[in-house]
Amino acid sequence: MTRLDDLFAQCRQENRAALIGYLPVGFPSYEASVAAMVAMVEGGVDAVEVGVPYTDPGMDGPVIQVAVDAALRAGTRVAQVFEAVRTVSAHAPTVVMGYWNPVEKYGPARFAKDLKAAGGSGAITPDLIPEEAQPWLEAARAEDLDPVFLVAPSSTDERIAVVGRTNRGFVYAASTMGVTGTRSTVGNRAEELVGRTRAQTDLPVCVGLGVSNADQAAEVAAYADGVIVGSAFVRALQDGGPDAVRELARGLAEGVRRR
Amino acid sequence: MTAPELPDRAGHFGPYGGRFVPEALVAALDQLSQAHADARRDPAFVAELDDLLANYAGRPTPLTEAKRFSEQAGARVFLKREDLAHTGSHKINNVLGQALLTKKMGKQRVIAETGAGQHGVATATAAALFGFDCTVYMGEEDTRRQALNVARMRLLGAEVIPVSTGTKTLKDATNEAFRDWVANVESTHYCIGSVVGPHPFPMLVRDFQRIIGVEARQQLLDRTGALPDAVVACVGGGSNAMGLFHRFIGDESVALIGCEAGGDGVDTGRHAAPLTAGSPGVLHGARSYLMQDEDGQTLDTHSISAGLDYPGVGPEHAFLRDSGRARYRGVSDTDAMAALELLAKTEGILCAIESAHAFAGALQWVAEQGRDDLTVIVNCSGRGDKDVDTAARFFGLVSQEDIQTASDVRAHEGEQP
Ligand SMILES: Cc1ncc(COP(=O)(O)O)c(C=O)c1O
Repeated sequence: MTRLDDLFAQCRQENRAALIGYLPVGFPSYEASVAAMVAMVEGGVDAVEVGVPYTDPGMDGPVIQVAVDAALRAGTRVAQVFEAVRTVSAHAPTVVMGYWNPVEKYGPARFAKDLKAAGGSGAITPDLIPEEAQPWLEAARAEDLDPVFLVAPSSTDERIAVVGRTNRGFVYAASTMGVTGTRSTVGNRAEELVGRTRAQTDLPVCVGLGVSNADQAAEVAAYADGVIVGSAFVRALQDGGPDAVRELARGLAEGVRRR
Repeated sequence: MTAPELPDRAGHFGPYGGRFVPEALVAALDQLSQAHADARRDPAFVAELDDLLANYAGRPTPLTEAKRFSEQAGARVFLKREDLAHTGSHKINNVLGQALLTKKMGKQRVIAETGAGQHGVATATAAALFGFDCTVYMGEEDTRRQALNVARMRLLGAEVIPVSTGTKTLKDATNEAFRDWVANVESTHYCIGSVVGPHPFPMLVRDFQRIIGVEARQQLLDRTGALPDAVVACVGGGSNAMGLFHRFIGDESVALIGCEAGGDGVDTGRHAAPLTAGSPGVLHGARSYLMQDEDGQTLDTHSISAGLDYPGVGPEHAFLRDSGRARYRGVSDTDAMAALELLAKTEGILCAIESAHAFAGALQWVAEQGRDDLTVIVNCSGRGDKDVDTAARFFGLVSQEDIQTASDVRAHEGEQP
């Protein structure tokens, strides 16, 4: 059992969905980003997605792009991600969220080793699909980390089954065809996708992309095991610092408990 | 497996290529692979494309013997005249093929990334011809450098969206095009402009550009009865080079020479020469050589040529580089511009600054061989009209005041009703 397995078991007992919050390391500064991640947990986030800043974040919308650009311009290094994981893991389970090239360049085995040593539970890899993931899967297995691949509304049932067999921890279901960013509605394709995913795997299914407020969190929590929120936290941090992040987490945490 | 049979079914050229993409795109890439495989076997598709290439794009393009340039080069130099194809570069070959695939897949919208604007213009052209909606992403920096091509695209009915994120150039325009594609993949085809991106793009674009080498090889055999000693092309993403090289890969006596943008010099760090001075990594959906720092962050590039100003390169070139079958070199801004001037003054051909890198590389390669009996084909991938402004500044052909006056006059004319 990893920390993520324990978390989802506990949420099931409490009859609620888990709340997972994303922030990138280094925005607006290293210290402020880590403080905001801790504030997120204080507000009620159950697990933190620690973002590795990357120059070419193809799955991210404007809010996150601007934030990671700023983090890189401020000189943020990949090695600092492990420091952040070490600090935040003392408060809640962490998974890193990282595009593949920085991981490949760091060395998959070394990345896994340092992530494990820092107390991380796993990694979400948004531009890696199971077919290309052999080096990462071996590295993750060696360190007992949870590899998390995504499913999308366009995924065939066969592909969802492969992701279900390959993942550990949970399955990340992308709610819409699109990039990260807040949306006025989460869309009904997410519920259908969660249903199709449950038919292929017993792993918890968490929904990301587009959730920004308590009502949306409640709507998703009605059918998913976890709700993932990113851009809304980045925007809160930008506009109101760690206090605004804590406040947003409080509201969302209430939302995932409305069942 | 010999090189012409690559890639494998998953799109790998040895360790390169593949698919490093969000899961959401996999279904569309599978659909495209299937459409491409069907099209290759479909005589009606092949006939329709051949007709477009002949009667719309103006193929076959000539193979011109450059006699006065040859005297300066010390070798017999032939030019493959892609500059004479419709829209002024080789980009049209690929775009017509992808437009036909778009129609076959039942999609009504195409999107594209563009650097210099040549691929954007070609895509806007095909969209007009086929009646598709068209959106072109272009780095804000490049929309300023290449304002005339922006106007061309808009005249052709395309929407041009300036991209202001990251480095504001081709790399970021490509990111934006991928983001659009993820969100609109059911109605939209991403008409990628070079042999880059996730499988099947590198294979598909190569197949549509391959005609360059197929024609050139036969034209030279007809003319001289022999194969060339070398074929030379510039390499941005690598499509005109793969197009020229592919038919010659099995001809082992023929050297394949790719010329990357050496910028201020490959030893200065200010360049766009990943095969010469980069390292393997993943960018824009495939593993290949790229310019990256020690954290795997993509580096800024520099080149006088907007079309070569790109930190990545197609995966098949990475494979050809490692196997030694093709050789790559960086050509500096200065050497490229000198070759552009030499070609203009000896042959009356004003080539694109991208293509000028190939002419400079050919001159260097011939000089290194120490022989006087060599025959070389250089790919003249595009014409230089779009580059007159840059060249005029580079050579100081007109004064700063003249440039200012001209743009004031243009702005003033633009205000007339
Ligand atoms: C005339 C010309 N040649 C070459 C290139 C570089 O692209 P590639 O390496 O794909 O041929 C461009 C790109 O804009 C171009 O316009």
